[in-house]
Amino acid sequence: MANELIEFVLVSVALLGIGIYGLSVKRNAIRMLFAVEIIVNAANLNLIAFARFMPEAHSGGQTLALFSIAIAAAEVAVGLSLVIVAYRLYKNIDIADFRSLKG
Amino acid sequence: MADVLFLALSVLTIGAAIAALELRSLIYGSIALMGTLGGIAGFFILLDSPFVAMFQIAVYVGSIAVLILFTVMLVKRELIFKKIEDPKRKLAGIGLMLIIMVAVGAIILDSGVKTITTDSAPVDFREIGEDFLTYYWPALIAMALILAGSVIGALVLARREDTVENGQRTD
Repeated sequence: MANELIEFVLVSVALLGIGIYGLSVKRNAIRMLFAVEIIVNAANLNLIAFARFMPEAHSGGQTLALFSIAIAAAEVAVGLSLVIVAYRLYKNIDIADFRSLKG
Repeated sequence: MADVLFLALSVLTIGAAIAALELRSLIYGSIALMGTLGGIAGFFILLDSPFVAMFQIAVYVGSIAVLILFTVMLVKRELIFKKIEDPKRKLAGIGLMLIIMVAVGAIILDSGVKTITTDSAPVDFREIGEDFLTYYWPALIAMALILAGSVIGALVLARREDTVENGQRTD
């Protein structure tokens, strides 16, 4: 391996920090979804990196990452349709406006 | 030490992640998000996992990013460009980001992760397919049902609930 495990993990930590920043600062619902995607990708990168550096080659990490990617796809589909429903109810995508359950 | 390819990929990934959150237009933001996801796929190739990289490109760059682009274009034009955030909250958020990066980074740098090296051969992707169909088959079926359920749920949620009156749609 040309690169070391620690480098991949540090990139993943940087992505996690950026994702948490976006999740805590942004009030735009779609931008918050971007931040969630970045965090999920940081986790996947970690999974693959640690799986590659197992003492014996094992395919479990890659399999788990594939499941994780599929789950994230499902999550984004539902999240985006929730954003569309909220936009239709409130005519806005600012999450500070999404206050009542009734609309 | 990290080589040039790795450094270029990390700059692309992290820069595009920041751009995705900070660019004024949501459309450019979602294109920058594609850059992040593609950069992660590049890391997967560096880690000898070409199958996961292809999956990442097909699922994330191909479908999720396009889905996000379509949703962004469904939203009103001025909302796409409007930036809504508190300056104070933004400062606090940057502080939180730096604290997380420094703290977690220091913990990891201090731990034994640094010393882990490997000389094992990369996993053959045929093994993944074999695993999926033998050991993990119940999980694979559950995953298919979850995906189908979430897509149907998304369709039901986003359906227009306008009534049909006199044989005419009211929208």
